[in-house]
Amino acid sequence: MKNSIKILSALFLIGAVSLSSCKKDPDEEPTPTPTPAATTGSLALHFENMVGDSALVFNTQSYVTANSDSFTVSTFKYYISNIVLTKSGGGTYTESESYHLIDASDLATGEITLTNVPLGDYTGISFMIGVDSLRNVSGAQTGALDPANGMFWSWSSGYIMMKFEGNSPQSTAAANALLFHVGGFSGANNTLKTVSPSFGVDVASVTTSVTPEIHLKTDILELFTTPTNVDFSTLNTIHMPGANAKTIADNYADMFTVEHIHN
Amino acid sequence: MFFKNALKYTMVAATLIVAASSCEVDPPIVEELPADNIRLIVPPGWPYPNYDFTGNPLTKEGFVLGRKLFYDPQLSRDNTVSCGSCHQQFAAFSHLDHVVSHGIYGLLGTRNAPGLFNLNWQTSFMWDGGVNHIEVQPTAPITNPVEMDESIANVVTKIQNDPSYTAMFKDAFGTETVTSQLIFRAITQFQGMLVSYNSKYDKYSRGEIILTASEQNGLNLFMDKCNSCHTAPLFTNMAFMNNGLDSVFADAGRGKITLLAADSGTFKVPSLRNVNLTRPYMHDGRFSSLNQVMDHYSSGVVNSSTISPGVVGGIPLTSTEKADLIAFLKTLSDTEFITDPRFNDPFAP
Repeated sequence: MKNSIKILSALFLIGAVSLSSCKKDPDEEPTPTPTPAATTGSLALHFENMVGDSALVFNTQSYVTANSDSFTVSTFKYYISNIVLTKSGGGTYTESESYHLIDASDLATGEITLTNVPLGDYTGISFMIGVDSLRNVSGAQTGALDPANGMFWSWSSGYIMMKFEGNSPQSTAAANALLFHVGGFSGANNTLKTVSPSFGVDVASVTTSVTPEIHLKTDILELFTTPTNVDFSTLNTIHMPGANAKTIADNYADMFTVEHIHN
Repeated sequence: MFFKNALKYTMVAATLIVAASSCEVDPPIVEELPADNIRLIVPPGWPYPNYDFTGNPLTKEGFVLGRKLFYDPQLSRDNTVSCGSCHQQFAAFSHLDHVVSHGIYGLLGTRNAPGLFNLNWQTSFMWDGGVNHIEVQPTAPITNPVEMDESIANVVTKIQNDPSYTAMFKDAFGTETVTSQLIFRAITQFQGMLVSYNSKYDKYSRGEIILTASEQNGLNLFMDKCNSCHTAPLFTNMAFMNNGLDSVFADAGRGKITLLAADSGTFKVPSLRNVNLTRPYMHDGRFSSLNQVMDHYSSGVVNSSTISPGVVGGIPLTSTEKADLIAFLKTLSDTEFITDPRFNDPFAP
């Protein structure tokens, strides 16, 4: 009896190890045999975090919202997930395990390379701002979704989809602080946004030799306008799901613009 | 030997129970293994658990690692408070005689530490149900400023830097690299093994013993007046209810999570298993004895906008009925569970 348990435990372990090896990043998978010719390549996304037309400078640079409130930025982080590329002439590429946390203070996090992308011309992209509802209810996660990243509400389980912090003289909060922690994945409090910033007439051509690079601008000003102009004297603190979080999420749904594509 | 015999009887009784119960969904057959082993436990006649370690395969090594983490004060900012500090085995993993618990620096929490058992059946965690999965439950007390007040990142660093864990992670998960995911999965293996199903009531249910007249009368009263919310065999219906404690809510409870007025002042219906071991009672620990609880339901219920229809006007009880109910509730104490050496503090001398 005891032996059979040992064997069972061993089998469990082997199972766990082999399961985890399935979850590794696609780029860690063995390279396919070179012949016949490779059928996939890579595509890079480059997110540039800006405030209107200005570069994002933390803390020292002051900006002005559509409501004419001035503000500074100390933190700006957001999740991008479930990236899908649309191929010219039909078909899509869906990134596996597609969860990315972009932290504006760490430029490397704005560089996302999609691998194992079938060769061809791509004319569109869509992704979710935030973490899909399933992963919000699936227990302990790792990588970009590790709660150690500080983007997880422990008292009311769920990911913070977007975190903006800063200051504004118009803010009535203590120390003129701005704190917008936006999340909520279900029912009336759902803040998830799936967006498809347009390529225009541009095409991203994935070939065996060229990794096209799509440059996207993320505009912080859009957090505070269209459709709702945010007045920092009345809305300056959000730290839970609810109507205010939805307001900001509705606003930031249009914060991404495809600037240009390098081929 | 004792456990082996107990299990034999369990299996015999299990057959009887399954045959006798008609309203439960048929549970899957779970092979009974020796009691000193680590396995998914589904007591006969119980519903299948909400969490069955899918994606987190239960192993002895994972359980032992989780037990050490559960009792390790390094999970708190100043390394003084462990999970086990406020969840003591002898009190069915509640905090005996503490109205609310004290975290680091003696800071006081706002709610009574509940007992920990049969967590695999829970569909949400904490008094307000704010935590949606057993694996992420530890993030709540770890990061709460009045409990352990530590960041998840710091916990990972401390455990990674503690050489006594290196081999344990390797044995449990095949890697020496500590992540929060592995920490939480291990703790879940320990907490998910905390199954309490060998109380006097369970033995009665399995046909092994009979109840006293008072206990039996209490059981009858319970089924008539209490079971609709504190539903056997788990003795909770997992719902959020307002049991008439207050007319104005100092703590919105479930309402804090849902922001719905209809949920204000409601709290998770607690299991009554081991209730005699887990005083004080209610979300804020306001009642120190089962007598006070009986008095509340009998004559202390106050009306409010969200009161549960089941307690409106109270549940009048005679003094004999109260005594019989308490006698029955005491049969829900599981001595084997609170003395099970598998769940002991490995740091204890």
